[in-house]
Amino acid sequence: MNNGRRQTSFIAKLVVRIPYAWMVAFFLVPFLIVVKISLSQTAIAQPPYTPVFDLAAGWQGFRSFFTGLSLDNFTFLGSDPLYILSYMKSVEIAAFSTLLLLVIGYPIAYAITRTPRRLQAVLVLLVILPFWTSFLIRIYAWMNILQHDGPLNQLLLFFHIVREPPAWLSTDTAVYIGIVYSYLPFMVLPLYATLEKIDESLLEAAADLGCPRWKTFWLVTLPLSAPGVLAGALLCFIPICGEFVIPDLLGGSRTSMIGQTVWTEFFANKDWPTASAVAVVLVCLLVTPIVVFQHQAMRGTGRGS
Amino acid sequence: MRKASFFNLAALAVGLVFLYLPIVILVIYSFNASRLVAVWGGWSMHWYAELAGDAPLLEAASISLRIALVSASAATVLGTLAAVALVRFGRFRGRLLFAAMIYAPLVMPEVITGLSMLLLFVAVAIDRGFWTVVIAHTTMAMCFVAVIVQSRLIDFDRSLEEAAMDLGAPPLQTFLLVTLPLILPAIAASFMLAFALSLDDLVIASFTTGPGATTLAIRIYSAVRLGVSPEMNAVCSIMVLVVGLAVIAASLLTKLSAARGTPARI
Repeated sequence: MNNGRRQTSFIAKLVVRIPYAWMVAFFLVPFLIVVKISLSQTAIAQPPYTPVFDLAAGWQGFRSFFTGLSLDNFTFLGSDPLYILSYMKSVEIAAFSTLLLLVIGYPIAYAITRTPRRLQAVLVLLVILPFWTSFLIRIYAWMNILQHDGPLNQLLLFFHIVREPPAWLSTDTAVYIGIVYSYLPFMVLPLYATLEKIDESLLEAAADLGCPRWKTFWLVTLPLSAPGVLAGALLCFIPICGEFVIPDLLGGSRTSMIGQTVWTEFFANKDWPTASAVAVVLVCLLVTPIVVFQHQAMRGTGRGS
Repeated sequence: MRKASFFNLAALAVGLVFLYLPIVILVIYSFNASRLVAVWGGWSMHWYAELAGDAPLLEAASISLRIALVSASAATVLGTLAAVALVRFGRFRGRLLFAAMIYAPLVMPEVITGLSMLLLFVAVAIDRGFWTVVIAHTTMAMCFVAVIVQSRLIDFDRSLEEAAMDLGAPPLQTFLLVTLPLILPAIAASFMLAFALSLDDLVIASFTTGPGATTLAIRIYSAVRLGVSPEMNAVCSIMVLVVGLAVIAASLLTKLSAARGTPARI
């Protein structure tokens, strides 16, 4: 692996620097701008927008940049129960739906590993396929099903399970259905990836020693699949916390998740500093799970270096 | 010794029905002749015909396709470079930050990515429109491309490259003549996935778009907010079909890629 020789070459440098520069310019810098705006006064930053860095102003501009910072937006967030409730609602929905996803996704992932190899590839593809059709369409499909005189209520009425058609849309139940439906592939895939790697001979050894199947599952399979459980849970929990489309289309107006709050502050109230502050706090809440996720992902794929 | 128990089969069957039934129902309803979505009025292509005359919708579709094409191409190039950098260049300075920047967007809530992109474009005073959406989609999609190509680069047989170099091929030539052809199917697959991501995105596009660049997803969203309608059923069915075909093609390519260059799995 003569990395030394390659790394000296000019092309090798470009290969690293072009995507590096792109990510710094369009991921890191924008995020720093969000942090900066979250620290500025609401009044100054109304659109049309005041420039973030006034380089022409030199040292004076540099000083006014720092003196202009304030924590007002954050104290405002802390003082208004609307935001606190919104954060709590997001974390509650994300945590509970991650649990639901685990309970539903695990048996599916496990069942896939029990099928013949050739079939496994097809089943995995079948699980991924809906993931690539947009969130929007899949949520819309549920709007069809859950509407007042939609197929679900027709079915329930037909079998006399209910007397009156229940209202599904604009409830938390609908949000949970939408989230579980949309994120199921994110849960099943990492679970399948770890379950598939488990050495069959361990299970056979347990069986030879007289361990019943459920006990083998509990003592061998489940602990060995822990990394997959963690990866799947993070892959679902983090984005669900900031989910916008699902609660907006399926949820009620009373319960607002944090993604909706950012959206409303930004588009309806045009309060950019508050929107930025809400976003910064969300990232702070998610920073631990995100770091754990990155650590997992790098350990999983970084072996080649 | 793989055996699927009754419970396993039931879990699989229920899982797949849960995943596909809503989409099937959506497609069936799109052929409903009745204007009332819940009342079945017989099979009809009426709503598809209606779409052909909906100029703003077609315009939005054309914008979305162009954005997806450009951003997927850019994301494929940048993402492949990033994957090569991560897998083949060992520990360059700032590797940790680079890897973190590649993985973070995969889970970052879209609302935050969209908001931060928009604030960047405002800060540097770029007029928002077609190109700002392209930049935003490229950034998001290149991370997915990087992860896919990276995993392909990791589990491929390094001895092929080493053989080429032993025979005197310089590193660049080795990459272009040996490595690239071997990972090409994975690259093609991630192009298609980047394309699908861009086509589907609503949140990031809403933040970064400007006048004259309303994408199909934004148009569908604003229609869908008002409730279920047969025209929307038809549009969504077409999108399901297009994306479905693209993904099947992509997965066939990935399979092809796995079949080449790695020892056959039994």
